[in-house]
Amino acid sequence: MDTLTRLGETFLDWKAIGEVLPTMFAVGLPNTLIIALSAGLIGTLLGILLALMGISRNPVARWIARIYTDIFRGLPSILILLVISLGFGPLFREATGISTPYPMGIAALALMAAAYIGEIFRSGIQSVDKGQLEASRALGFGYGPSMRMIVVPQGIRRVLPALMNQFIILIKESSLIFTLGLMASEREIFQIGRDQASLSGNLSPYVAAGIFYLVLTIPLTHLVNYIDNRLRTGKEQKHEPDEAAAVIGKGAHA
Amino acid sequence: MSHFESGSLTGKNLHLAFGHNKVLRGIDIHVEKGTAASVIGPSGSGKSTLLRVMNRLIEPDQGDILLDGRSVLKDNPDELRRRIGMVFQQFNLFPHKSVGENVAFALRKLRKLPKDQAWAEALEQLDKVGLKHKAEVRPATLSGGQQQRVAIARALAMKPEVMFFDEATSALDPELVKGVLALMTELAQEGMTMVVVTHEMGFSRNVSNQVVFMDGGVVVENGSPEQLFTEPKTERLQKFLSDVL
Repeated sequence: MDTLTRLGETFLDWKAIGEVLPTMFAVGLPNTLIIALSAGLIGTLLGILLALMGISRNPVARWIARIYTDIFRGLPSILILLVISLGFGPLFREATGISTPYPMGIAALALMAAAYIGEIFRSGIQSVDKGQLEASRALGFGYGPSMRMIVVPQGIRRVLPALMNQFIILIKESSLIFTLGLMASEREIFQIGRDQASLSGNLSPYVAAGIFYLVLTIPLTHLVNYIDNRLRTGKEQKHEPDEAAAVIGKGAHA
Repeated sequence: MSHFESGSLTGKNLHLAFGHNKVLRGIDIHVEKGTAASVIGPSGSGKSTLLRVMNRLIEPDQGDILLDGRSVLKDNPDELRRRIGMVFQQFNLFPHKSVGENVAFALRKLRKLPKDQAWAEALEQLDKVGLKHKAEVRPATLSGGQQQRVAIARALAMKPEVMFFDEATSALDPELVKGVLALMTELAQEGMTMVVVTHEMGFSRNVSNQVVFMDGGVVVENGSPEQLFTEPKTERLQKFLSDVL
């Protein structure tokens, strides 16, 4: 009983949670969303570029995409984040006069996400039946327009669920940005919880942070499942018999 | 009386190899304007590849291709393919576009028709294959036979001078084959120049004007259906016919 009470006080101190909530809403939530959304957007654009390079007919482009992907997928997120923001941060500061590591953190997350998103797009595009390209070319479209108007749109549609998953991962990984040492107004959900927890010596602010993440990620996870199902089965799957076949033509048949 | 502005098609000494695999080894073929040639032969004999070489989806290693007597090897291949319609075994309709848009798409983008005019022409083509009422739905909701008729409408909408059919009925359930063959027969009778790669010996014999028997990347026999089906000269054709008939 004593243990339970102690655990309860450590994790579910409602007063501590209540104290941290306003800052989480006002500062943490917007920052988490800004970091995840901008890294997601930049990562998606870079990822499309990487995917197109990866399926390019130019071997140099393919190699660049391959090496980039291997490196950024093969390293721990925290290492990339620190190397990029600590390594390139000073250069960025000199060039722009902006001293916060916030943009560098977003850049690091975006570069990592791009490697995964690039692979998602590439596999999606390559999963499109090659008859689609052939049919488009047979109509008289060139290779480029065929890819752009017929193949790539089908590939992208297929990978929407995987892309959403990547965005969920970004929401969670945005917490790593705390290692860069941000200003109070730049803190995201996790760091606000962490700061409050170290001030009070109570872990309840972490629980509050956790609830914030779950409120963001669980609905997204279910949305992914819904979209996935919808793409798999389609809205309607009605096949009709060939009722018109018999009335066509003059009956010559084999 | 021809409904189509069709042209003759000639392939001269066409060669193609994928690495060491010689797929076409000197093919000569001539299809008169307004006639239908069927290309028959065992799997792997190079029939489908021949079609792809003649519309330059695959460039030949050697040889020449003539449309209406003029070599087209130096033309822009994309423009050449607008003059040759192609229908595939697996239909290859664009699944993310409606049936009508499948037909209208190339009209807008390649023939540069305004949107409503392209749609009106697409509906007209769909009407010819009996599927105007399906213009708004996605291809996946149609049966295989219906999908193949849409694919034919899509190719015809470009007003091609020649039509290629690559085993157009092979992927269809038996009861759906009839409608597609009937449509192809109608096209042949209306004077479309056609090259039909097929396993449908009935079509080959009764509808086409010329039969080309290929085996091992060469034309083994070439002549009227009468000649090839009743008096096959070579042992290879005799064996092939006894296997398939």
